[in-house]
Amino acid sequence: MPHDHHDHLSPSGHPYRPDDDHPLTYWQQMEIAVRELLIEKGVTTAQEINAQIDAMDARTPSNGAAVVARAWTDPAFREALLADASAATRDMGFDIGSLRLIALENTADAHNMVVCTLCSCYPRNLLGLPPDWYKSRAYRSRAVKEPRKVLAEFGVTLRDRTTVRVHDSTADMRYVVIPQRPAGTQGWSVDALAALVTRDSMIGTGLPKSPDAA
Amino acid sequence: MPPGHVRTPAYLRGKTGWVERRLGPLPNPEQLAYGLKGDPLPLIRLRFCMADLWGPDTDSPDDTVDAEIYSHWLEPAEGPHAP
Repeated sequence: MPHDHHDHLSPSGHPYRPDDDHPLTYWQQMEIAVRELLIEKGVTTAQEINAQIDAMDARTPSNGAAVVARAWTDPAFREALLADASAATRDMGFDIGSLRLIALENTADAHNMVVCTLCSCYPRNLLGLPPDWYKSRAYRSRAVKEPRKVLAEFGVTLRDRTTVRVHDSTADMRYVVIPQRPAGTQGWSVDALAALVTRDSMIGTGLPKSPDAA
Repeated sequence: MPPGHVRTPAYLRGKTGWVERRLGPLPNPEQLAYGLKGDPLPLIRLRFCMADLWGPDTDSPDDTVDAEIYSHWLEPAEGPHAP
């Protein structure tokens, strides 16, 4: 008796997700048309496009976590990172290409937080693809106006005397936050430290995991 | 808002900030967006006070916003602006 009374639920009891068989938007059609033309004219191949998508999907926040953990444990690297983050991370194999990277170090007195009010600029070479909320109008408009309220919604409450420094990626720079190293991690290995570094802690909307939770 | 690919956000226009660091020269994105050769321009990282952007009643007036602004959008301010 399929389809009689319970057709909004699958046999396993989960709701069906509606099919996405709506017409393509103008820009979806444009993307397909341009891609097919580029392949047809021999400018690129479907294999190259898939390889690039794979490369983009392979970048994850673990790249950024490795950079942060090294900055916590290697003073010379930390100095190089703060002086020229593009060069320092390129030396670790995380090339940002033609863009430029600035590392923002959190201290007892200052907490950094990154937004792109104009679009969705993000250090993809270190953090992978941005989360949906990073691209939302709510985050983009509120981060520069009421950052402490936004941080509180992410579960981050700072002391009043800690200055919040919001960084709007308006042009050619990309930003990665170097969160404060959690207390109680003396003597930890770089790999163990990297496991504490979350994506949000490198955007500035979170803090690293507590060593007790690791 | 002028038309085109402008990287100067509306909420900073007419506001006074101070120079955090100087970057560039980098090609002007307003030209690059149209397939033109971008003229190299200084790119300035400016720091603004929340109070200067949103008024003294804002949540935390001493917090700051930094942004990169191309030099042709800037003019010297009248007096020094303390951090």
